Amino acid sequence: MCTYSTEKVALDRSSGKTRDGWQSMSEASVYYDHPVHAPDAHTVNIDFLNPDRGPSSRIAVELSLDSARELLAALQTTVERAEEH
Amino acid sequence: MKYDAVLAETVGIRGHGDDLIEAYSARPMDAAPHSGMIVIHHMPGYDAETKEITRRFATMGYSAICPNLYTREAPDADPDDAAATARANGGVPDERFVGDAKGAAAWLRALPNATGKVGVIGYCSGGRQAVLTGIEVDVQAAVDCYGALVIETPPEGFPLKVSPFPERIKDLGAPLLGLFGNDDAHPAPDHVDELEKLLQESGKTYEFHRYDGAGHAFFAVDRPSYRPEAAVDAWGHVENFLAEHLGAS
Repeated sequence: MCTYSTEKVALDRSSGKTRDGWQSMSEASVYYDHPVHAPDAHTVNIDFLNPDRGPSSRIAVELSLDSARELLAALQTTVERAEEH
Repeated sequence: MKYDAVLAETVGIRGHGDDLIEAYSARPMDAAPHSGMIVIHHMPGYDAETKEITRRFATMGYSAICPNLYTREAPDADPDDAAATARANGGVPDERFVGDAKGAAAWLRALPNATGKVGVIGYCSGGRQAVLTGIEVDVQAAVDCYGALVIETPPEGFPLKVSPFPERIKDLGAPLLGLFGNDDAHPAPDHVDELEKLLQESGKTYEFHRYDGAGHAFFAVDRPSYRPEAAVDAWGHVENFLAEHLGAS
């Protein structure tokens, strides 16, 4: 099925490396849906976007559910440590 | 020996608002009369697999065209990037889609060997749009492959700015072929039941086939959702349905 579920996040002071080099990223979409490339029926997909630079500036990842959980935990740990600095 | 040749190419067509939009056409290379088929791509976009489906309709004897519904927000982008952009923007508005479908139908009818009959098929979000085409556009056959949100309200977190239209099923102007997987959640079997009930109440011509062991996107040969038994059987129904309503090509 198409789950359609999508969370959007506005990004501030953030960058990503695209096929055209480093660029500012102003938006992220997180959704659980069919992947283009990963070998599962559904994956947790993250698109980092800079709408001002056009569709091809997208940075995309497709994560298995287990990998997404581990990434989420790693982000949580890293952010908590960063807040102590 | 039977001559079997197809011309497939990118073309520009006039869509909603007279905008020039990209489309992919595949047509039999003989001068005999051929009916037309509009192919509506799935939510992942105007991709290689949808172009392959478009060519398949040409080999079946139809002049086929697949409009790139994401032309405006993502011209010349890779299909996956275009789909991500369309998704982030809230999808394709119905009014704009209908204008593009009307443009595609007009383009097919302007071909020198057109019969004047045009059908439409759509997959995933395109299944819903195929039903909408049957309501809004002059077509003689519509095929809905697991289109969600025809009947049911959008789920939480739904990013697309589209609404269901059960109250408009009575306005359907074309016979409808519906192909659904019983393991699908959008549309779930009870959504399909509801659509069938509305078609019956309005006295519409329709034909539904529903497959056990298949879910959403069972036609998609490049995805784990592919179910060959369901897909092969359903392709047979598509061929028969179009032959009946668009005339043998």
